[in-house]
Amino acid sequence: MNIKNFLLVLIFLSLTLTNKVDTRELSIQQLEERKKADSERAEKRKKRGKKAFSKEITLTTKITFVSMERKNPPVLSNLDPILTDEGFYGVKLAIEDNLTTGRFVGHDYKASFHRVSLNEKLNQEFEKLIDKGHKIFIVDLTEDEILSLKKLRGFDQVLIFNIRSKSDSLRNEKCAKNIYHIPPSYSMLSDALTQYLVKKKWTKWFLVTGPDKSDKNYSNALKESAKKFNIKIKEEKVWDFTSDLRRTAGKEVPIFTKGSRYDVLVVADEKGEFGEYLAYRTWDPRPIAGSQGLKPNSWHRTHEQWGATQMQNRFRRESGRWMTEVDYHAWTAVRSLGEAITRTQKNSVTDIIKYLSGSSFGLGAYKGMKVSYRSWNGQMRQPILLAAPRSMVSVSPQDGYIHPFSELDTLGKDKPESTCKF
Amino acid sequence: MFNILLLFVSILYFSSADASKAYITNEKDNTLSVIDIDKRKVIKTVDIGQRPRGITMTKDGKLVLICASDDDRVEVRDAETLKLKYHLPSGPDPELFVLSPDDSILYIANEDDAMVTVVDMNERMIIDDIPVGVEPEGMGLTNNGAVLVNTSETTNMAHFIDTETLNIVENVLVDARPRVAMFTPNDEEVWVSSEIGGTVKVINPNSKAVTHTIGFEIPGVNEESIQPVGVKHTNDGKYTFVALGPANRVAVIDQKTKEIIKYLLVGQRVWQLAFSNDQKTLLSTNGVSNDVSFINVEKLKVEKSVKVGRFPWGVVISP
Repeated sequence: MNIKNFLLVLIFLSLTLTNKVDTRELSIQQLEERKKADSERAEKRKKRGKKAFSKEITLTTKITFVSMERKNPPVLSNLDPILTDEGFYGVKLAIEDNLTTGRFVGHDYKASFHRVSLNEKLNQEFEKLIDKGHKIFIVDLTEDEILSLKKLRGFDQVLIFNIRSKSDSLRNEKCAKNIYHIPPSYSMLSDALTQYLVKKKWTKWFLVTGPDKSDKNYSNALKESAKKFNIKIKEEKVWDFTSDLRRTAGKEVPIFTKGSRYDVLVVADEKGEFGEYLAYRTWDPRPIAGSQGLKPNSWHRTHEQWGATQMQNRFRRESGRWMTEVDYHAWTAVRSLGEAITRTQKNSVTDIIKYLSGSSFGLGAYKGMKVSYRSWNGQMRQPILLAAPRSMVSVSPQDGYIHPFSELDTLGKDKPESTCKF
Repeated sequence: MFNILLLFVSILYFSSADASKAYITNEKDNTLSVIDIDKRKVIKTVDIGQRPRGITMTKDGKLVLICASDDDRVEVRDAETLKLKYHLPSGPDPELFVLSPDDSILYIANEDDAMVTVVDMNERMIIDDIPVGVEPEGMGLTNNGAVLVNTSETTNMAHFIDTETLNIVENVLVDARPRVAMFTPNDEEVWVSSEIGGTVKVINPNSKAVTHTIGFEIPGVNEESIQPVGVKHTNDGKYTFVALGPANRVAVIDQKTKEIIKYLLVGQRVWQLAFSNDQKTLLSTNGVSNDVSFINVEKLKVEKSVKVGRFPWGVVISP
């Protein structure tokens, strides 16, 4: 190629590549404008004397959101704000969605929000709510907190949606018929990641586990997935350094990761205490996956397929921030209730459980296929998004993993492996 | 001899000028592709507004209307030059729309906003908006323009709207994520496709009862990737075509018996469909493979695919 042609190609390429860099997401300003336009339109509609279609209310459902005030951990990264309102906007948006549908069928929904403060006891407060007649709960609680609820008076009469804990034992030996789990379990996340790593033929792992209980749970799930998919864990280490890695990672990590040959460094560090500092500092040049790097998620800000753009926009318009996984779980829980009540015209705990765990339930939840619940343990079936911080890499289940009932059941513990008994 | 030659030339000239064109919105690169139907070639690509999705034309074929979803307005372009003539107000996030039979009223589904916006085409003004379910999309209108059916993707309903009073008269629950509502040519049925539910419901517009639920089964394709979206009926009442999304197929259905006749393999993630004027050719937009498939309606065969822009979404064909 002579220089002239080369230049022409260069100019052509630079023209075509620079042309398409517009961001996909609407800015907060644009969303604000839409919000303003909405209220203006509503006002005009009122002036015209226009009434929205609404049937007489025949069924009212109360939904209670319970969360805990928590002591903030020391700041490990000064990038992301610590959110204290996770789940709130998810519930709010889903209630609005349910109300819109409810207007056409005569159903009303009411949400109440209870935040247990630092000097209150969760169990006492929860029992008070049960005594007051609250029946349907969305809980932003940890594994141990959820387990403690099982001992409460009146527990059998209520319906609980877990929107935070990924614990496998909550879904197996410690399961309960009236607890539904929206977050994918650790074993679903690890299977989702492993299916993809197998596809990439990155089958030799270096596994690093953090010091917390949740890190161990994640790590155990990863080990089980490794066994299931014939992965070799070449090396396994526990991270128990306590220093602030922001100054010392360059020294510590290379030595820590020196040793066996491996394809990918798999990390279980739920709080993000050290995982973020592994990339680019390993002894060998290797990618990071797990709780950092390539991460399996139920929801992610880079997700825009299958109508997710609409969800992201609506959520940001409501809250002024990105939707987190917990927000998505909250939305999905409340929408599941709405779907069950709309279809059955009933809202008792037993009727809802019957419909949610039955075969006719299916909800569109921006994942490209309907989500539903596993009848044997109340876990929501769902595709898992494998995302890097700024790009969606893949969605599991991967092609080729087949299942007689649903391909989504190739993720996590399937019916025969489940130890849950209601 | 000269006269004959002139005649020949003029026929050539007029036939090329009259050649029917397909206009395709490319959602992800904000462009419009124009395809010559006879030559089956892209003849023009122009930059348009942001996130273009729904597209339609006036009956005289002079104006192309495009939902520029992220610009919160509708673009009106000259069908010949494709130059922007003016914008129509649309309310936030217009996704799909339908023109009244006399082109005087435009009904727009505002996806982010749970509204159907009603626009006067001559005054270029919003005259009303109708609160509907969450994420409205599908818009079906009877031949006389009296009944409008809108579907809402998250509420899972088909809303029947009286266009005289602009009020909802009835809501029919359908399967998850209804995308398109299409009346049969005789207006006796409205077909509603549900993307996540995987079905097409046939509704009687008088009784509002669901008379048929059409399901799909394709050997070797899992149930979850069968996601019905675009629906087109042939005017002779013989066939209905349904685009099945990531199943990468268009189903051919007997319009009368509702039996599935055949599945036609097209490009990846097929969404919207449009007939050529003689209804001998059906075009499908295939979002993931970035192309448009040409289906021969008589032979029920896919004959060609034409590459367009990124994520082709909507398609309309000039009269």
